[in-house]
Parts: sequence; C-alpha cells; structure tokens
Amino acid sequence: MLIEARNLAVARGGVTVLQGMSFALAAGEALTLRGPNGSGKTTLLRTLAGLQLPVAGKVVMPPETVAYAAHADGLKSTLTLAENLGFWAAIHGRDATAGALRALDLAALVRRRAGELSAGQKRRLGLARLLVTGRPVWLLDEPTVSLDQASVELFAGVLRSHLATGGGAIIATHVEFGLPEARVLELGPYRVRSLVRDGFDEAFL
Amino acid sequence: MRALLLRDLRLAMRTGGGFGLGLAFFLILAVLVPLGVGADGSILGRIAPGILWVGALLSCLLSLDRLFALDQEDGSLDLLATSPIPLEGVVAVKALAHWLVTGLPLTLLAPFLALLMNLAPAAYGWLVVSLFIGTPTLSIVGAFGAALTVGLRRGGLLLSLLVLPLYMPTLIFGAEVVRRGAEGMAIATPLALLAAISLGAAALLPFAAAAALRVNLR
Repeated sequence: MLIEARNLAVARGGVTVLQGMSFALAAGEALTLRGPNGSGKTTLLRTLAGLQLPVAGKVVMPPETVAYAAHADGLKSTLTLAENLGFWAAIHGRDATAGALRALDLAALVRRRAGELSAGQKRRLGLARLLVTGRPVWLLDEPTVSLDQASVELFAGVLRSHLATGGGAIIATHVEFGLPEARVLELGPYRVRSLVRDGFDEAFL
Repeated sequence: MRALLLRDLRLAMRTGGGFGLGLAFFLILAVLVPLGVGADGSILGRIAPGILWVGALLSCLLSLDRLFALDQEDGSLDLLATSPIPLEGVVAVKALAHWLVTGLPLTLLAPFLALLMNLAPAAYGWLVVSLFIGTPTLSIVGAFGAALTVGLRRGGLLLSLLVLPLYMPTLIFGAEVVRRGAEGMAIATPLALLAAISLGAAALLPFAAAAALRVNLR
C-alpha cells in the first residue's frame, strides 16, 4: 500500500468540505478524483501532500512518498529550464534530469529561460519535475491544463510508465486522458451537506 | 540545502533588484544626510554611527518582502514544503542568502560611506565589525517577519511595522559599538550583547518562521 486515507475530513477556509473519506492506493494504481468546481479536489490533494492538516482522520504513508504538482509549477522565470529542473532534482538529493527532459520532450529547450517558455512548455517542465523527485505517489491537480492534445498523450504515456514501475497517482481532472484502468473516486457522496453558513449560525458570523 | 542557497544567490544576481537596490539605497542615504545636516563636520561625525546603522536597517528591509512572497506566488514554497528539506532549513538558508546579497556587501561598503559621514578614523574597524556581527540578525528577524506576512497582499508595509521594532536591540548595541569605538572607549559589552542577539536569533527564529510558514500555507 502506497498511501491510505482513513476516515479523512478536509476543510477549505475553515469550512469542512469533505468528510468520511477512506481509500487506499496500491502500487501501480491511479485514482481519478471527480467532482464539480469547489467540491474539494485541490483541498484533498493538499491535505494528502501534507500542506494542510486534516480536520479529522489521518493519512497513512511512509515519509517522502508524495510529489505534488499544483496549478503553479514552481518555476523561476530568470533561470533556464535546465537550472529549474536541476534545482528540484538537487533538492530531492538526485542529479539525473536527462531522462525527465526526454520523457516530456523538453531536451531541445534546456538553455531557454523559463520566462520565455509557452504556457504548455512550462506545464511540461512542471510535470518533468515529478520525474526528478523520485517519489512514488504523484498528486496531480489538473495536470493537463494548457497542454495540447499531443502533450496530453505524451504525459499519459509518462504516467503509464510511472504506474508500470510501481508508482501511483491521484489525479484531479475534468479531462479524460486515456487511462481507462484508473479508478474513479466521486467526491459527491463525501460532501458535507449543511455548510455553517445556513440557519442560526449566521448569528456567529 | 546548498542547491537552495545557490539558486537564491543566482536569482538575486539575475534579477538584480534585491541585490543592487539595498546597496544603492544605503549609498543615497549616506549622501543625502550630510547634505541635509550641513557642512559641520563635528555634528556629522557624532551622528554618523546612528545614521549608518539606521541606513543598514532600512536597506535590509527593502528586499525582505520578496524573501518568501516570490516563492509563494510561483508555487515553489508549496513544493519546498513537501521536499525532504525541513522548512526550518529552508528559512535558515534563505535568510543566509539574503544576508549574503544585502548584509555582507553593505558591511563592506560601509567604511567608504563613513568617510562621507566624517566618522572618527578609530571607529572604522568597529563599524565593520559591528555590521558584520549585527546584520545577520537583520536578515533572520526579517525572514521571520516575511514568513508571518507571506500570504498577504501588500504585506510589505505590515512587514516593516512588525520587523522594525524587533530591530531595536540590534540598532542600539550596534550603534553603541561604533560610538564607543569613535570615542576610544571599551566596546566589549555592547559587542557581546550584539553577538548574543545574533546567535539567539539564528538559533530560535528559523523555528518560529517555519511555524508561521506552515500556518500560512494552509
């Protein structure tokens, strides 16, 4: 088991949005999170990444399991592509970036500054960062935003080979990108129905 | 951690803003004060320690609001928080990088500006020593303030209000070292207190700053 959530409840801005979630991810598995905007997909991913604490329940995983890819890619526009990726590799105690550059078709751009890249190229660089971290579980928040069709397929291939080598992924996405084997987790049943804003609680606001 | 230090130094050199701005501000302040005070050398010499130290404080403050804000905007801070490096280490390294690009050059530039301020020759050495020992505190206390205000829009002003009062002990003892040096008195006591503040801040504040960052990331 790579990562497991036990009776997890998460909150955004102090309001609990999801509760009673229990799921587990084994090696080679992908889990797709489904739910409308505001249903707590990002909040759940941030909680799994350890960036915020759960309201209740817990996340069980060995240390240094997850690599998180958010809406922002963590790139410095004045550093070159190679420097950006090399930095994240060094932070994780690794130095091999060539494989990640090849996998996401960035090798021709290594000397370009990140600020000069297109949105899709930046996104691909942000996804290449996942490869250099060497972490088994990828938490992906809308990974395909600003990617063209070819790049989406490229990334789906990268993800598939990551799963094939014993990795796992939890993906929040609205786009189907060709991972039929991925399990789907509908967030609807875990929604907290009565938000604090209703009824007499107004008095306390 | 070395990678983080090198990246921060490289960023400071490339964008220029953080690196040159503080120094230029320090230089302009030291040119303006004699113009404002007038040509009386004895008055200038007497206020020089205080003015130089206040100048050092303010020029350190200039680049502080970007210490974590830039990393927060582009998502690097989230990614650093999930990296194997503890946040305490991230804070310490970023404060060190800030000192290397502001405090250290400022210390080296100070004797030349002291000349403009008509500081007593005997105090030059003590000016450099006191800045060398005191300016790391400015960076590390500033990192704490920056961590507290990282999520806020226009947190820069709030940052100054938080941080400047905390700079007071450093300012008092730092300027006192230089003043006593200028008058040929013993400097051991203020120098020891200045060093104590630096060591205490370096030992404790990374933990406080990391705790503040964790709260702000949520």
